[in-house]
Amino acid sequence: MTKYWWKALSILLILYSLIAGLLGPVPTLPIINETIRNLYYHLPMWFAMFTLYFVSVIYSVRYLSRGKTEHDLIAVESVNVGILFCFLGLGSGMIWGNFSWGDPWPNDPKLNGSAIATLMYLAYLVLRNALEEEQKRGKISAIYNIFAFPVMIVLMYILPKTTDSLHPGSGGNSGFGEFDMDGAMRAVLYPAALGWILMGLWLAQIRYRIRKLQIHLS
Amino acid sequence: MMKKLATLLLLILINQLNVLAQSSDAVEMATGLRSSGKIYVVVLVIVLIFIGLAAYLISIDRKLNKLEKRK
Repeated sequence: MTKYWWKALSILLILYSLIAGLLGPVPTLPIINETIRNLYYHLPMWFAMFTLYFVSVIYSVRYLSRGKTEHDLIAVESVNVGILFCFLGLGSGMIWGNFSWGDPWPNDPKLNGSAIATLMYLAYLVLRNALEEEQKRGKISAIYNIFAFPVMIVLMYILPKTTDSLHPGSGGNSGFGEFDMDGAMRAVLYPAALGWILMGLWLAQIRYRIRKLQIHLS
Repeated sequence: MMKKLATLLLLILINQLNVLAQSSDAVEMATGLRSSGKIYVVVLVIVLIFIGLAAYLISIDRKLNKLEKRK
């Protein structure tokens, strides 16, 4: 039976982050001012995306080892929803960057890395559509997906950390944790991240169930 | 029509944000806005919209459940 508790938890956590994120105390910093609150909404998009891509990799591996069509479907739908969250993260980041950095798309390694990673995952979807035969499509795209995931992590997380980036916590920049002395921001950020991760999984599950019904009906 | 209206609204919103984003010498925070109490109206609106979307998602989930049981 389908369990509902984690869906309810997702809604409650996001509601909490919306209220506490707008009303709670934040460190007063020049230039970013109140936009520091964007952290509660911008960063969870990326957490949700990472989680969905990770779920996708897990199911790609399972598909390769067991060959069950369901696992292949879970892998695709996770990537589909992951791409949605990626675009939401890019969009929210561009608005934030426009006002805090003065440019929606400065040549920041993190931005360029995430753009390349997004193209990589879009290519995954194109690759799937290009292959007609079901088993071949499943296998080739699963292997592609397994290779894409570590490259995505390197592009979006590891490389920007090593070079100068406008993002906090990169290239000697101070991270947000250093300003959050009393942990008031963490108390909103982590529940928000968990809430959005669960929301992403919920959306992926709904897409997967629709897909399964479609296959059943055809 | 709707598209034009949406872009117009977005432009106004971005303009407003721009005005807010201009900082003076002191670190400017929206404390005044908060103490006036009106920020709660905004929070309420956001919460209402999110609850609406969440309820819609729940109803989709339930419809899917029914369909799955029928097969």
